[in-house]
Amino acid sequence: MLTEFGRVLIFFIIGAVFVAGGLVTAWLIRPNRPYPSKLTTYECGEVPIGDTRVRFNIRFYVIALIFLIFDVEVVFLFPWALVYSQLGWFAFVEMVIFIVILFVGYAYVWRKGDLDWDRPAPKIPTFEKGVGVREDHLLEEQVVGS
Amino acid sequence: MDLFDIVFYCFALIAVGSAVVVVFSRNIMYAAFALLFAFFGIAGLYVLLQADFLAVTQILIYIGGILVLMLFGVMLTNRVVDVDIKTGTLQIVPAAILAAVVGGSLSGVFYSTWSTVSGTPSDVATTTPAIGEMLMTSYILPFEIASIILLVALIGAAMIARRKT
Amino acid sequence: MEFFIISVIKIVIVLLIILTVVANLVYVERKVSAAIQNRIGPNRVGPWGLLQSPADVLKLFIKEDIVPSTANPFIHSLAPVISISVALVTFAVVPFGGSVELFGHQVKLMIADVNIGVLYILALTSLGVYGVTLSGWSSNNKYSLLGGLRAAAQLISYELSLGLSIIGVVMISGSLELDRIVEMQSGFQWNAFLTPIGFITFIVASFAETNRLPFDLPEAEPELVGGYHTEYSGMKFGTFFLAEYANMITASSLIVTLFLGGWQFPFLETFGLPAMMATVVQVLTFVTKVAFVLFFFIWIRWTIPRFRYDQLMNLGWKVMLPLALVNLVITGGLILAGLF
Repeated sequence: MLTEFGRVLIFFIIGAVFVAGGLVTAWLIRPNRPYPSKLTTYECGEVPIGDTRVRFNIRFYVIALIFLIFDVEVVFLFPWALVYSQLGWFAFVEMVIFIVILFVGYAYVWRKGDLDWDRPAPKIPTFEKGVGVREDHLLEEQVVGS
Repeated sequence: MDLFDIVFYCFALIAVGSAVVVVFSRNIMYAAFALLFAFFGIAGLYVLLQADFLAVTQILIYIGGILVLMLFGVMLTNRVVDVDIKTGTLQIVPAAILAAVVGGSLSGVFYSTWSTVSGTPSDVATTTPAIGEMLMTSYILPFEIASIILLVALIGAAMIARRKT
Repeated sequence: MEFFIISVIKIVIVLLIILTVVANLVYVERKVSAAIQNRIGPNRVGPWGLLQSPADVLKLFIKEDIVPSTANPFIHSLAPVISISVALVTFAVVPFGGSVELFGHQVKLMIADVNIGVLYILALTSLGVYGVTLSGWSSNNKYSLLGGLRAAAQLISYELSLGLSIIGVVMISGSLELDRIVEMQSGFQWNAFLTPIGFITFIVASFAETNRLPFDLPEAEPELVGGYHTEYSGMKFGTFFLAEYANMITASSLIVTLFLGGWQFPFLETFGLPAMMATVVQVLTFVTKVAFVLFFFIWIRWTIPRFRYDQLMNLGWKVMLPLALVNLVITGGLILAGLF
């Protein structure tokens, strides 16, 4: 068993050497001519406004929490699946109980809306009579003015 | 000192060294990142102990689950990434007590089982089927209780997270 | 020592093959997309544009590497390396043929015959989150951060269905070794036919895990510029690009290995070929199957529009997860009924 994991380690090391070789070669032959505006972050050509690290939607955290619980469940299921065909009905019933208990929790978070993703209500643009015409007119004026 | 020992000390060094970085880093993001390597080193040690299932579970749950949760926590907390965190001597008394309790119980286990463990583990094929059989026979009750604990954790986590919003 | 040399030779060969295939897969994708959209595609560099990929790689090597001054340079450089390592190391457990007799040794045509191969794959897949999240965070760019966070949430959501659909396969084969799983699928006893629901959930989850369209929300161009790799240029960008295609190859190989019979050529043993020939046929079968799945990946990308983010999360949590659980119960029932 150890020899096989040893091979994985060797694979990892050789792979890392390959990738590092590529990056180092590029580092040796590429030009390096930085100036301040080149080193700003990209924001569609504008000067970046405000702080990048803004607060995020708590949904991401909730999703990660729920994921963690189910991840543990998946890990429990693997040893069971491995011996399943030898143990027969007993293992089947045991696992159905296990899954059903967790399914209660799943149904709970679904029902309480923790799996729903926030989505702003769509704004359907409304038009009044004559508005479109007036805007066309403004547009023409702008083109002429510029 | 053969290859086995060299690999063992490498993984041990990774685990302990990263743990030191976790404790003393001023940047919380670096601390989280070092934790990744600490978990990885421990997974390597599990492999050397022939505990293949445990090693993979360590990566799957701790690195792929818990640490992702921590990263999200760090990113969700406004400006915490830029703030220098104090890793000084703020709570030295509780820390010392906790460290003494954990260290004491660990060394207690270590010395009580020391005589029964003989040398390096023999090269077993795989531990996973044995774990599956044990879970389905001798440890059936803990197994089902685990699912109830997971259920409670799920509902509790969802409720706490919902209250914050 | 001998073991060491054989391993190193195998690894270097496999790595070279993967990297070559990756570079040319970009060309294939561009040609196929051109055919689908009734265009010509790359045709200037070399005959039929065949030298396009080497030219692209050369270009990436000599491009300047621009790191924003507000970025975190250490993590910024490490993130692409994590991405590519995860993509490559997963390939270590994929068997691409039976075993051959070489210089008096029985050599298995896989790099590492890890006895918990399936779990190993899942563990490495779960590491894929770090490349995108850390690159998004370290760039200090709003688009990168949004892309990275989205990617992380997407990857963990679909990882569950991925794991659950593999469990069905493990139940049927009673083994976590990929080699054994392939051997069980002799003839046309492919797992794709035995657990069709698991096959579908696995493919969908694979698409999501490789960030391919229709799941390429992390780098959705119209809204997030380049997503998590907006601030990457030169060879570091190239590494991300390489990782994406390497991931695609790994995912295709896993689909083939777990569900489509791996290197098994149906009823090959009845032809009575000599051992060496049989191995060659097996490897060719594996390569052909992987090529078909890769083509399927490309085909889907240029046919189907992108999901909206809430649709993607709903699909992952409210359709795929229950479906994968139902598949487990169905597979369990069928095994008890003695059908497999």
